[in-house]
Amino acid sequence: MSAKSDVKKILKGEFTYKTLPMSAMILSPPTSPEYKTGTWRVKKPVIDQSKCIRCLLCWVYCPDMAIMRLEDDHVKIDYDYCKGCGICVSVCPVKAIKMEEG
Amino acid sequence: MSELKYFKTVKEIPREDRFAKGHRLCAGCGAAIAMKLAMKAVRGPTVVVNATGCVEVATTCYPYSAWAVPYIHVAFENTAAVASGIIEANRILNKKRGWKLYDVIAIGGDGGTFDIGLQALSGALERGHNLLYICYDNEAYMNTGIQRSGATPLGAATTTSPAGTIIPGKPQRKKDLIGIAVAHRIPYAATASIAYPIDYMNKIRKALEIEGPKVIHVLTPCVPGWRYSPSDTIKLARLAVETRYFPVYEVENGRVKITIKVDRPKPVEEFLKLQRRFAHLLKPENAHILEALKRGLEENWERLVKLEESGVII
Repeated sequence: MSAKSDVKKILKGEFTYKTLPMSAMILSPPTSPEYKTGTWRVKKPVIDQSKCIRCLLCWVYCPDMAIMRLEDDHVKIDYDYCKGCGICVSVCPVKAIKMEEG
Repeated sequence: MSELKYFKTVKEIPREDRFAKGHRLCAGCGAAIAMKLAMKAVRGPTVVVNATGCVEVATTCYPYSAWAVPYIHVAFENTAAVASGIIEANRILNKKRGWKLYDVIAIGGDGGTFDIGLQALSGALERGHNLLYICYDNEAYMNTGIQRSGATPLGAATTTSPAGTIIPGKPQRKKDLIGIAVAHRIPYAATASIAYPIDYMNKIRKALEIEGPKVIHVLTPCVPGWRYSPSDTIKLARLAVETRYFPVYEVENGRVKITIKVDRPKPVEEFLKLQRRFAHLLKPENAHILEALKRGLEENWERLVKLEESGVII
């Protein structure tokens, strides 16, 4: 069972107390990526890729795992999950990330 | 199990997340960073035992769970007791049925460790289970609305120790968790900071390699509780170490070693002034509280330096 189908079934009430897994265990964790926290954001961080030195500090310090580390160690922001806290902006040593409206 | 034993640079940190995105901790939460890094540092099959607290309520809203490892939520007071049971069951099943041995990490907040869970933790440390206990310390009961705990520092304003004309914030000092843990003669205890991820993750790796009970105490700034701008989380965690507010050290078999040396400390006011919970301490009428806080921090640092230099087994 995939995480997505599991969550959908539970939310739709398709599981009853008889068919729920024992002690309502979540059998396909992690299911939290189904919940998009990007809607909490007020301002959004934007990376200037030409300034990025691939130090990965933003990736290490992001509390929401919203910064994706690509194959070549470049980073990309996953706006589905970014809550817009601005930690990446404050830890960036070359000021390659800026907060923008929207 | 990865070949890599200790991390040297940030690039060696693995890509995969065992603590997944989509959790509901606040924007800029320090505890989320602590959990994420801890889960990146585990070496193989791991079971997480989590006390009630911020991390528990925000990561396991049914049917959403942010944990990609086997996870059990337990009450405030029995984290270490449940972890002990899992470890012993695993040990017996390993002996009788050849089950694989796995690491057990117990995670508790400061309320669940300093106050409510202390007797279960003490019991587990005394019985000597092969347990790693991580306490993420945000210095009050943040989850229930910022009530004071044993970890709240002197002078900090919380909802149950408000700063006003009667009392200037919490009148008592902070409990020394590592001191209590070390008094059980455990093989490894350490403090860590999320601003120094390599140091923190290596401490977890080191602790997992050691047989016996281990305690790691990590300071995690809390945006609504400490009342600062969410982007300052890492800055505050680093200032806490640089001002000697939170010394980062380890105690291995009773020998103290300060792992992040602070030769020229910054004035503690730099750390305090960023936080609204300490705003009243910087007023002239509360100068004596600030002085007492500074004296306590200085005494603690001097004690640690003396212990390190003399090599006394505590």
